[in-house]
Order: sequence, then structure tokens, then C-alpha cells
Amino acid sequence: MRRLLASIPTLLVLITLAFFMMRIAPGGPFDKERSLLPEIEAAINAAYHLDEPLWQQYLRYMGGLARGDLGPSFQYAGFSVTELIAQGFPVSLTIGLLSMLLALLVGGSAGIWAAMRQNRLGDWSVMTLSMAGISLPSYVIAPLMILLFAVTLHWLPAGGWEQGRYLDMLMPVLALALPQIAYIARLMRGSMIEVLRSNFIRTARAKGLPERQVILRHALKPAMMPILSFLGPTAAGVITGSVVIEQIFGIPGLGRYFVQAAINRDYTLVLGVVIFYGLLIVLFNFLVDLLYGALDPRVRVE
Amino acid sequence: MLSDPLRKRVRHGLACLALVLAWPLQAAGPAGNVLRIGNGAEPQTLDPHKTETVDGSRIVRDLCEGLTNVSPTGQTVPGAAERWQISPDGLEYIFFLRPQARWSNGDPVVAEDFVAGLRRAADPKTGSSYAQMLEPLLNGPEVVTGKKPPEALGVEAVDDHTLLLRLRGPTPYLLGMLSHTTTFPIHRPSFARHGDQFARPGHMVCNGAYMLDQWVVQSHVRLKRNRYYWNNANTHIDTVVFYSTEDVNSELKAYRAGDLDWATGYPAVLTPWIRQNLKGELKMGPYLGISYFGYNVTRPPFKDNLKLRQALSLAIDRDVIVDKVLYTLSIPAYGWIPPGTEGVVPQTPPEAKWTQAQRLALARKLYAEAGYSQDNPAEVEIRYNTSENNKRMAVVVAAMWKQWLGVKSTLANEEWKVFLNTRKLKKKTEVFRSAWIGDYNDATTFLDIMHSTHGQNDTGWGNPRYDALLAMAAAETDAGRRRAMLEEAERILLSELPYIPLTFYVSKNLVKPWVKQWQDNILDYHYSRDMRIEGY
Repeated sequence: MRRLLASIPTLLVLITLAFFMMRIAPGGPFDKERSLLPEIEAAINAAYHLDEPLWQQYLRYMGGLARGDLGPSFQYAGFSVTELIAQGFPVSLTIGLLSMLLALLVGGSAGIWAAMRQNRLGDWSVMTLSMAGISLPSYVIAPLMILLFAVTLHWLPAGGWEQGRYLDMLMPVLALALPQIAYIARLMRGSMIEVLRSNFIRTARAKGLPERQVILRHALKPAMMPILSFLGPTAAGVITGSVVIEQIFGIPGLGRYFVQAAINRDYTLVLGVVIFYGLLIVLFNFLVDLLYGALDPRVRVE
Repeated sequence: MLSDPLRKRVRHGLACLALVLAWPLQAAGPAGNVLRIGNGAEPQTLDPHKTETVDGSRIVRDLCEGLTNVSPTGQTVPGAAERWQISPDGLEYIFFLRPQARWSNGDPVVAEDFVAGLRRAADPKTGSSYAQMLEPLLNGPEVVTGKKPPEALGVEAVDDHTLLLRLRGPTPYLLGMLSHTTTFPIHRPSFARHGDQFARPGHMVCNGAYMLDQWVVQSHVRLKRNRYYWNNANTHIDTVVFYSTEDVNSELKAYRAGDLDWATGYPAVLTPWIRQNLKGELKMGPYLGISYFGYNVTRPPFKDNLKLRQALSLAIDRDVIVDKVLYTLSIPAYGWIPPGTEGVVPQTPPEAKWTQAQRLALARKLYAEAGYSQDNPAEVEIRYNTSENNKRMAVVVAAMWKQWLGVKSTLANEEWKVFLNTRKLKKKTEVFRSAWIGDYNDATTFLDIMHSTHGQNDTGWGNPRYDALLAMAAAETDAGRRRAMLEEAERILLSELPYIPLTFYVSKNLVKPWVKQWQDNILDYHYSRDMRIEGY
């Protein structure tokens, strides 16, 4: 609890920095190709309090924030930032969680499998594949997948999001998971090899335990530690949405808001997403710490 | 060996899983009487008085209806008004609304709804970026700038079905303008209840052929048939889905996969491939738009330097640009007003008919006369907003200048909003990228933006005679005299050349063969209610 409270100043600094950095960027939310009449521009600025001095706007924003109000979106007239996040987050969360789950299962197993065959053909092939997975960016993989499964084979829709129809999820989840699978496989292999060399594993083997039990009961827990520290920030990043994946598959997630809002100088939406993202990172790091404790009694949180 | 109850449970589970698996496969089949549109960027708002993007307005025109409509071939035809009378001096328009016109909740559409809509659009408090369009109405400029209340606007409900518009001057394009979303009516009770949020699913009451069913931001907007629409009997398509497709590559793939019936965008580089492989599905037509490079005439080297401005313009081979940079998705431009625009015969300078060698000869002569040579080359900066296409254009133009005249060009790119600011300030710019798409089909939508006081005129150019001609044309009732004035204005612009005309736009859409009655028109307006799906 104390740790969670300690993160409040961090978040405040984050919000303040984001607020002022956003305003340093030239151009405003209502600068457009079609220029506005000065009178109309003034009316809009007044409606959004953009005519006030910056410090006053900052206080107004922080006041709203204290009441849980993230303000109206500048870009989507009539929508509040809270509404937009509430609409986009479940989508990103679904895709993100599914792909993290997939990455853990596939990447984890592949890593263990490779560790058990260290420096043999199986190990080399898994590591080569995972290297490919890390180096091939999703903006290459994703369009290729669409070309194959949607345009040529007509098995899956080319993109879109019909209220969580899981056929729509298949390709984005896979595309999002691929690089994570590769990372986790490499991490898992490395830490598993290290753990397998330690004394307590030798003891377990000496006891005559079958290899399966040695791995699952004894080696897995300590080998998970580095993966956990990787998972915290990655999970926060993945479930707040991947811009590239969302753009390519036309998914209404949170990730696109990040980029679109910054381009459009949608100040409140940018801040809203930054705050939300910051909160999630804090939360996930906290969860990871709790999990550390569960896996290793030595680092248990008081 | 599994125990019996467990086995049963497993079998149950598998059956359920199979059902779940099978269901969406069926749902993904033929869509029925649905039109699926790849609509480009997210609409941002469906408020008719606030929408300002091409993509957003496309949706709003399906939802709401103005006094007039545009036919599939681009003619102005009756909309919510079944007929009208124009006073001899052209200053008063009386519209007779269709008595059978209904809002999507069954309420009759009455003249007061149009009065409320026009007043709201003109009120600066609304913040409509198109409010300026209503300036032809009596007291328009004063209302739009807040000097008079919205009630002073020249619009009046004579009775429930008769609407009177009073104008400041004869406005020959008024009827066409009334198909623009800014002039659309508003359902007063739902506006009173929901305020600026009236254009949301569950709130929006509209008078067009369709009503708002669902809006998932960044995904799609779905419309369903409005049973109360006066012409519902002749509306064929039941459901229209507008997908937001920011990524044109994905849009083309979805179109090819059969997930879209009509794609409003695709990657220009693939035009040759599309021509070859999707024969007959690429629809191209003239469109009211010009792409140009503006000169900042308030600073050197272009200030008081007509010859340099002319030389640089002549040295550009527009055929090469259209062919190689734009994949033939444009028409070479030498004038200002796109071909097909009403109100004038667009003017073309003599060089439009010359060979490029002739143009180059004159370009070299003017360049030398302006005092430049190989040893003393002109140094010019081309500034554009960051985008692959803009960069290609700037690189090609700079190369042509270098090759034919020896001009030393530097390229500068800026992020969109930064670029808009720089351009407006006129402190740094020399040559800058720009483009304009007409709001309605009349020459003034192009000529106005070069008026010395217009907010869009980032060249800093001004000519008193030009400004006077526009003012005189606005008050002129005789169509012939008005035409002559506007044509003279365009000739002045061309003779002083504060910009480099590059290309005129063409509309480009990919339409599946089963979408019938989709036709090209110069406004690129296509109402879903005019189309039908056949032989899917």
C-alpha cells in the first residue's frame, strides 16, 4: 500500500510534464487547412478555456482530475476523454491479454524445450526462429498475414472489429504475440539453463526425480523471475494497445488514440491516455513485485 | 480412462465449442442488403454543422437532408424542399417543404427546423468552421462574426412548410450550396435535450434516408434505414456501414478480400496494378480540387519578382508529374479553377497548349531577365507537410528546376500543424505546398481564397482590382456579366501568378460490380439511398 502511495508523486510529475510538453508543440487543436474566422476561433477557444493563461488551464485540469474528470476531447466533439478510453480500452485489453497469454504459453514452453536441448539441433532451431521473430517487425508480418489468410485464402476477415467476434481477433492477437513469443522463448531458455546448473536441481536429480518433475516443480519457479520483470512493463504496453497492429487491422483500441491525439493536438485525450498508461505501469510493476514474492520468499513485500 | 459423467461433460464442452466455432463462420458470409464502405479517416463528429472532413460529411449526407440534394450525375435536385420560387432580383428564395417529410422519430420536418439549423450553424458560439459559407444570407457576415444575434440571419419560417431565405446579393450557387451539411436542419426537441451531444447514437434524430444505429470510434459507423424518410419506398439498401480506414494499404486488402463494397482510398503507387487487375472497378472523374505550390510574395526572392515566379512555374513539366509522381490520378493544371466548375469558363494561359520545350525556352528567358544565371542561381526553399507523396512532388519539382534553370532548391518538411502555422505566419516560407477542394460547385469557392483578406491566402498576394471584381460579382444579377467579372478575376490571378498551379484533382473510388447506380460526379457526392446491391 505504501508503495502504491509512493507512486502518486511520480504520476504528478508525469502529468505535469505531459501537460506542458503538449503545449510547447506548435499548433493547436483547431488549426486546420481551412482557417477559421477570428471570431469563431475565439468562441471555440473560450468554450475550451484555451484563452486562459497556461497556469490557470493547468490548475483547471488538475482540479478536474482530482474529481476524476479527464475533460472533453478536442478532436471528437461531444465525446469525453473518459468515454473514449472506456470504449477503446476493453478492445486493447482483450487483444493484449490474449496475446500475452499466447506468448507466455508458447514462448515459455519453447524456451524450456530449448534449454533442455542446449546447443543441440532443437535449441538452435528454436533460437533461430525466435531471432527471426524479434527481427521481423509487425508491420511486415501483419500485412503478409492479411494477404495470405484474407485476400488469397478468404479464411479470415482482413480486419475490422465486429463487437468482439473472435475471428477478427485471430490475426491481430497472433501478430502481436509473435515478437513477445520470441523474446520470452529467449529469456526462458537463458534463465532455465542457469537454474538447471544450480545445486538444488542437482539435488533433485540426485533424489531420482523424473526430469519432468525437476523442471515443473523445482526449476520453473526460479526460472520465471526474469520473465516476470519483462512482463510488467510489456503487459502494460501491450494491453494499452499497439498502434501498428490497430492501424493495420482497423481495431478500435487505445493505441491509435496515442498517435492520433498527439497529431491532432487533442490535449486532453493525450493527457488522459498518458495518465491511464502511467497508472497501468505502476499497477503492473506492483503486481510483478507481488508475484516475485510468491515465487521467491526472500523478496516478499512487507 | 475417464469416468462417465466426466466424459459426458467433455463431450458437451466439445459440442459447445463446435457451435461457437461454427457460428461466426456463417455470420461472415454474404452480408445481404448491406453497403460496406471504406470511408477513410474517423469522422470525429456527425454533427452536420460541425463536420468538416470529406469522410465525415459523406456519412452526414446519408443521415440528414438539406433543402436540395445532388443527383448521381451531379445535378442539384429537390431534397427536403419539393420546389422553390426565386424573386426576379435573385434576393429572395421561397422553399416549399415536402408535407410528407418526417424526422426519424416520426415528427414532421417543418420550416422552423431549417431556421434553427441555419441559425445554429452561423452562430459563432457553435464554432462551425463552415459558418463563413452562410455569408450570402442577409446579415450573414454580421451574424457569423457575432456582431448581430443569430436571429438577425436572413431566414424565416413563413408557415410550417414554407421557408424564406433573404440574401445580401444574388447568389447563383445558392441552390447547390443548400446540399452542403452546414445548411442542414436540426431536430429542435432532441437538440434542446442533448445539446452538442445530439449527434450521438441513441440521441440523434435525423431526416435523411438513414438513421444512426451504432458508432464505435476508430472502427465503424453503422446506419440503418429510416422508415419515415419521405422516399423510403425508393431506397434499396437497408444497412450502410462506414469503416474508418486510415491505412490505405489495409483498406485495399479488405476490398480485395471482399470485406468492402466501396473503397474511397487506396495506395496511389498501386494504381497501375489496380488498372490491370481490378478492371472496371476503379472509378475516376473530374473533381473540384487543385494542388498547388504557393509563393510567399511578401519576402524575397518572390516579392516583386514576377519573372522568377513565371519562370519556375514554366519549368515544371506537369505531364511528367501526373504520369510519374501521381500515377495519372490528376490532370495537369495551368489555371486556378478546375475544369467543370460552374459560373465561369476556366481560364487557361497560352502555355497550356505549348510543348514543354517551348515552355522551357520562355522559362530560361524570364529567368535570365530576372537576373539569374548559372553563376548566380536563384536559391529557393520548398516547404511541405511531412508525407511521402509531398516529398516526392517536392523532389521532382526541385530536380526539374535544377536541370532546366540551375535553381538551387532546399527542401524543408514540417509536421502538419507546425506547417500550417509556418505557412500562415509568412515569415519563413518561400515556396509552400497547398491544395484546395471546393465546398460547392461555383468558381467563387476557388476565387474567394485568393482575396487579399481571406484567411486561406497564405501567399500574401493582394490586388485591389481582383478584390473589387469579386465584390461586384457578388452583387451582380446578370449571369453573363457575373461570369465576365469572375473570368477577369481569374485572368488577373494568372497574370500575377502568386502560386504555381500543379494539378487538378480527380476523384478515385474502387467500387465492386454488384454496387449498382454508383456514378461519378464532380462533387464526388454519392448517397447510399441512390444505390442498390445486385448479383452479390
